[in-house]
Amino acid sequence: MKNSIVIRVCMGPAGIAAGGRAVLDEFRKTLTDKKIPAEISNRCTHHQVGCMGLCARDVLVDVIIKGHKTSYEFVKPDMVRKIVDQHIIGGEPVKQWLADGHMHKFLEKQVKVVLSDCGVIDPEDIEAYISRGGYSSCEKIFGNFSPEELIHEIKLSGLRGRGGAGFPTGLKWELARKSEGNTKYIICNADEGDPGAFMDRAVIEGNPHSVIEGMITGAYATGAQKGYVYIRAEYPLAVERIKQAITQAREKNYLGKNIFGSSFNFDIEIKLGAGAFVCGEETALIASIEGQRGMPRAKPPFPVHKGLWGKPTVINNAETLANIPHIIRNGAAWFSGLGTEDSKGTKVFALTGKIKNSGLIEVPMGITLREIIHDIGGGLEPGKHLKAVQTGGPSGGCIPAEMLDIKVDYESLAKAGCIVGSGGMIVLDNDDCMVNIAKYFLNFTQSESCGKCVPCRIGTKRMLEMLERITNGLGQPGDIEKLEQLSADIKSGSLCGLGQTAPNPVLSTIKYFRDEYEAHIFDKKCPAGVCNSLLTFTIIEDRCKGCQACAKACPSKAITGEKKKPHAIDQSLCIKCGACFEVCKFRSVEKA
Amino acid sequence: MESILRDIVQRYIKESGSVVSILQDTQDRFGYIPHEAISYFSNELNIPESRFFGVATFYSQFYLKPRGKNIITACCGTACHVRGVDKTVSAVKRALELRPDEDTTDDNQFTLEKVACLGFCSIAPVVLVNGEVFGKAAAEKIVRKINSIRKSEDEE
Ligand SMILES: Cc1cc2nc3c(=O)[nH]c(=O)nc-3n(C[C@H](O)[C@H](O)[C@H](O)COP(=O)(O)O)c2cc1C
Ligand code: FES
Repeated sequence: MKNSIVIRVCMGPAGIAAGGRAVLDEFRKTLTDKKIPAEISNRCTHHQVGCMGLCARDVLVDVIIKGHKTSYEFVKPDMVRKIVDQHIIGGEPVKQWLADGHMHKFLEKQVKVVLSDCGVIDPEDIEAYISRGGYSSCEKIFGNFSPEELIHEIKLSGLRGRGGAGFPTGLKWELARKSEGNTKYIICNADEGDPGAFMDRAVIEGNPHSVIEGMITGAYATGAQKGYVYIRAEYPLAVERIKQAITQAREKNYLGKNIFGSSFNFDIEIKLGAGAFVCGEETALIASIEGQRGMPRAKPPFPVHKGLWGKPTVINNAETLANIPHIIRNGAAWFSGLGTEDSKGTKVFALTGKIKNSGLIEVPMGITLREIIHDIGGGLEPGKHLKAVQTGGPSGGCIPAEMLDIKVDYESLAKAGCIVGSGGMIVLDNDDCMVNIAKYFLNFTQSESCGKCVPCRIGTKRMLEMLERITNGLGQPGDIEKLEQLSADIKSGSLCGLGQTAPNPVLSTIKYFRDEYEAHIFDKKCPAGVCNSLLTFTIIEDRCKGCQACAKACPSKAITGEKKKPHAIDQSLCIKCGACFEVCKFRSVEKA
Repeated sequence: MESILRDIVQRYIKESGSVVSILQDTQDRFGYIPHEAISYFSNELNIPESRFFGVATFYSQFYLKPRGKNIITACCGTACHVRGVDKTVSAVKRALELRPDEDTTDDNQFTLEKVACLGFCSIAPVVLVNGEVFGKAAAEKIVRKINSIRKSEDEE
């Protein structure tokens, strides 16, 4: 292998969307082309990999010659020939297409644990995983560790759940271990409900075996004989990959009877989520696997005592599980050396929104938000100013630009009224209206509320109505206080985490951007220019070329004017849809 | 139809808690869940129809009515929202002549559905047309695609 040439093509979600498959096919075709010296094409392997991280610059391609890696960005099939001729045969990288500058900055401050093999190995090949040390942690535990010793090791590592709540994983396993009963279950939660995040998807697509290895370890620790992977049906490729990985693991007898030469039996089944956010909640997830409506129930009893079919059940998030093999392989001390006092290890984030290098990142806990945004993310587009960063999705909050030096860990974010959450991190700039963002999340939670308890079902509805009024220019004095009061009631009165956290996006935007709410309510203005009802659209005469595009786009025929002469908007007819603003190529429509 | 339904029942008869899986398989085969299917399962498995309807209406993935031949999926996740997917959605609705509360065209050719994050946030806003990804969703590109599908349907 040493002298070989390796070509890796990114086939993460964004890689596929940008045409990764066509690029891979082109490499395959070009390399089998007769004109390539056999000596080179024989040494050359090329394969697909999961998400490489820097999704904004896809399709990414790594060319590795004698261990030296070169990365290309924005690769299109018609660039492949030149890369092969000049670089692979000629030994001279094609300079103008290199991603190295961006890639270097993007990677410099990241620490890859969960994602260390993601974007490197072929996710559909168990041998690729094994050759990187995969399943060695299982080899290590069977025969060397008792379940109690294993739990002790995980407790020492300080690993906390990555699904949102941050519950210590070792403790959860211990509770399940000590729970009475011969039949126990372990469930991998890959429902990934946060509407702006795709970490679990990328982990499962990029390295499904790491999740399976974590599940086997958890099963051994807790004494579960059967595991379930509960995964969103909206992720067909991830479903395919995990299915395939389970089959491969069975063939190796890593799953099934007497696994790893022990007397332990364990197998995994896949259950598809059917599109309900609340099913990410543990008790709702269990109801869903049992074939019922996915409604949560009151806790206690907790699932570790009474879970699936009434048996003790451990539920762990997919990323939590993917950390486990690394902890066993490298030791608890190594893991707890990463991160802060109370938040150990690394966290994967989906960095998106108004940021240059959007993509999938993994950082040590305790890194500052500034480093994430400016160093890894490469800052915002020119001329745009950071307004806030939203984390934790519909259960989370936002951190204003002034607090950019905040540490990203469980405690610091909680203190700021925010959460680490499952890993969504959305960058907002001066064009984003914070009231609109709050309304967006509330609209989401309101429609996903299962309706079982009144505070959540009706409370979120009332809050949403108030926010709609405010953004439509019908806000009244006292609305902010009413929102705050209702939020407190919903938080304390709701049955499950969905309702208990639903008001958070509203509370945190009120906390940091109260002036924007006030501008909507008292001045009937949207400072960011997002809430159309509060805007007036006018045409700037000396910029208007009279192209008539706006008049054609206007659904209410409010725009008139002769060809090649400045047009005008009749405000009494204008329905403020913004269509004219969208279509004008000369920026002569102004909204204020 | 009955032989397909019988197959599905056979697959799950021994499993308890299979209502969700049965409905998923049914929808895979028919594209939606016909009422006849629910009646059949209810009889065969001795589970009240209401259980099936209860589950089918709880999860957003299940459809009790046939959907359009072509599926347009707009991502309404957070990244796509802040990048303005709403505008793309209204352009698509206009092109399909859908009324505000409709999601399928009268001729059953197109269904517009909304989902949360598809994992393509870096090229948000994202719209899928029959699974094909349109990033940085330029409304014109999607409308052109819709029109070209329409045209090829007409020619058939
Ligand atoms: C409304 C709601 C949605 C949730 N969605 C998810 C999810 O999509 N994925 C996840 O891993 N955990 C989710 N959780 C958290 C789980 O209930 C649970 O805490 C987690 O899966 C436990 O795993 P961990 O300890 O490894 O984090 C959700 C919780 C609530 C209240
Ligand atoms: S929010 Fe649309 S793809 Fe992620």
